[in-house]
Amino acid sequence: MSRKAENWDTSWQKRAADWLRDGTDALDRAMISEMTEAPAVAPEDVPGAADVFEKKVQEDHEKENAIYQTLHERTMTRGLHHARILYRVLSILVCVGIILSLLHAVMEMPVFGSPDSPVVNDVSRRYIEDGLKETGAVNIVAGMILDYRAFDTLGESTVLFIASCAVMILLRRDRNRSGELEKGSLPEDRDIIYEPHFDPILQKSAAFLTPVILLFGVYVVLNGHISPGGGFSGGAILGAALMLFRNAYGVKNTRRFFTSRTFTTVVFLALLFYAGAKSYVFYTGGNGLESGIPLGTPGAILSSGLILPLDVCVGAIVSCTMYTFFALFRRGEV
Amino acid sequence: MALLRNVPFASILACMVISVISMVFRGRVAKVLSYLLSTVLLAASIALSWYFLQGNDAFVFTMGHFGDPWGNELRAGLLESVMASAMCLIVLAALAGGSYMIRSEIPDGKKNLFYIMADLMLAAVMALIYTNDLFTSYVFIEIATISAGGLTMSRQNGRALASSARYMIMNLVGSGLCLMGITILYGTTGHLLMGSLQSAVHSLFENGSYHLPLMASLILLTVGLSIKSGLFPFHEWLPDTYSYGVTAGSALLSSVISKGYIFLLIKLYTRVFGLDLVRDSHICILLFAFGTMGLIIGSLRATQATDIRRMVSYSSIAQIGYIYIALGLGTQEGVIAAVFHMLVHAFGKSMLFLSSGALIQASGGASDFISLRGSARRDIPAGVAFTVGAMSLTGVPLLGGFVSKIYIAQAAIARGGLYAVIVLLGLAASTFLNTLYFLRTVITIYRSDTDAEAAAHAGLVNSLFLCAMVILNFALGIASRPLYNALLSGLNMFI
Repeated sequence: MSRKAENWDTSWQKRAADWLRDGTDALDRAMISEMTEAPAVAPEDVPGAADVFEKKVQEDHEKENAIYQTLHERTMTRGLHHARILYRVLSILVCVGIILSLLHAVMEMPVFGSPDSPVVNDVSRRYIEDGLKETGAVNIVAGMILDYRAFDTLGESTVLFIASCAVMILLRRDRNRSGELEKGSLPEDRDIIYEPHFDPILQKSAAFLTPVILLFGVYVVLNGHISPGGGFSGGAILGAALMLFRNAYGVKNTRRFFTSRTFTTVVFLALLFYAGAKSYVFYTGGNGLESGIPLGTPGAILSSGLILPLDVCVGAIVSCTMYTFFALFRRGEV
Repeated sequence: MALLRNVPFASILACMVISVISMVFRGRVAKVLSYLLSTVLLAASIALSWYFLQGNDAFVFTMGHFGDPWGNELRAGLLESVMASAMCLIVLAALAGGSYMIRSEIPDGKKNLFYIMADLMLAAVMALIYTNDLFTSYVFIEIATISAGGLTMSRQNGRALASSARYMIMNLVGSGLCLMGITILYGTTGHLLMGSLQSAVHSLFENGSYHLPLMASLILLTVGLSIKSGLFPFHEWLPDTYSYGVTAGSALLSSVISKGYIFLLIKLYTRVFGLDLVRDSHICILLFAFGTMGLIIGSLRATQATDIRRMVSYSSIAQIGYIYIALGLGTQEGVIAAVFHMLVHAFGKSMLFLSSGALIQASGGASDFISLRGSARRDIPAGVAFTVGAMSLTGVPLLGGFVSKIYIAQAAIARGGLYAVIVLLGLAASTFLNTLYFLRTVITIYRSDTDAEAAAHAGLVNSLFLCAMVILNFALGIASRPLYNALLSGLNMFI
């Protein structure tokens, strides 16, 4: 065996060796030694030792409490206070600095609408001048997001889909095998039961408003390629109508036509149709083939190729996602 | 052969379609679909790499009938296809190698949602790798962010939820900065596709007009993406997220998602701004400095950790530091070293997370070092995998980490001056610290003074996949030259 220095127990070599061997710090070591050595003092064996042991424990406790007390006072009064002030001042300074430099950068940007800025180029010219001819959509924005740059919009619809899946992971209440809600997610555990139900004023206005809003939403979706609007805005209107109905008439009445199964079916079909139809277009476009999708007469309701069906898909996804968010946040169930 | 040109577009679309289909099925079917998806995509990406190795040039795939600068485009070259193959491989290995942990960590009714998140994460990373369009990359940054949050919070306990909230806040700040950068760039040049953006940016720089907005967008994009990949001063979300989430999710987050962001940053530097311009703009020095600090501080924090997953997470910060140091050199060699280290870190870190998950399972679910004593004797494949991963990231010869450290050092010496000194000193210091904390962990898990009865064994499939990853790590180190050459020619195609 190697020779050990006399002060081995307190030397740094011993500490390093312990750390390497045990992977523990000083606190862990103290805990381990207490756990392993305490029974060795077995208070029952020696008469009177029990009192000594207890007294020691009590002293330790008092010492510990005193340390905690000073630490607590210190952090709660001065330390925390100073840190908070410093934190606030620094964050405000950093924010102001960033705001000023960003404003400065934005001031230097090309003036909006100026004819000789580099933004005025072939891109916007073709969108504006040839958009109607190439996409068949009177609404240039619909032509841009659903034809020129349809892949981005497919991505955006997928964002909605994945967002609703994430909310389901977070908030959906699961039923166990016998169909009961799991503990901790019963209706009594949520504040939903304290909300007022069946307000007559709300019901009367909802009875009048819901059909109108729904009809307007359908109009906005279906006319997306002709007038301002489209899937995203129309879908938001439809979702708002569903929420209003749910608030006025409660979950039982809404469940007669909208359950989680409805959500799954609608989103499933809409996204698959969108992905399928666009895959065809991407495939033909990428390989230099003609797609053969008729554009129709601009301005007619059945025109502009795939834009109308895609608008309907986007509208369905947006409205169902909005309503599902709302329902999940309220009850944890659709 | 011409059919192979459809691989990039088909990969992204396939991920999306599979994720939508997974929604109507239970967890078991979703799991099989995910495995199938990553296997098929792996085969397709390897075939695409082979196509480029035959001497075919990189190509652009128009998404629809309108090309640059009007529509959306994908672009594939050797670098992209190699990255895509690596990412598919890691997703497959993480899902299969972590299947035991997924079974125990996620409630039954939500397993299919977990696999949806994994599929869409793969879609997002594939799109970030292949896209040739700034706005498409932003859309898929969003998908990657949400899917990472979902993967983390699938483990429904308080710490996982708190850390995923923290993750979302920090990462949304990063996304916001990216969006601002893209907006400024679009508002100054009027282009979104990288091909025309490059010429627009370069002509603006030659005229000397709009210098400030261009710089602002470069800084915003850089800072946004480095927040999202966990570079040093913005790293505080990382240890919690990686150590409290689902084990397979941590492997995916650290190995796949953060690499997607860094790859996008590399793409912006090389294809949009150009390396010369980035080097002149001094943003490189910032990345270099942050990378060096991350290297040291991540390693120091890892030595203080008393929990194996936290230690592995802090070591991630150090490894991300390596990548940014190489990137911060601002030379082509630096970029290749960064890509190589991305691959090394992706393979090594996912293996470390999975094997530490298995070791934790074998120790009855406790992750502190005292409970982990002797755990490698209870689960031998996991112990071997952890040891090999630790050796690789420390830089033991025959393994990938050694080679990538050599490449980083070479790139720094080629850059010369203060860079070389700092990189060599940083490499020395961090190698010392890496050895310290990894050696300590390996000694801890191989201690013989505990009982050898496993509390729960992770199962055959997990062990098989861990062994396969061990072999891969060795392959990365031994066959590094062909891979380096492939990356080099890929980067030449890239620019």
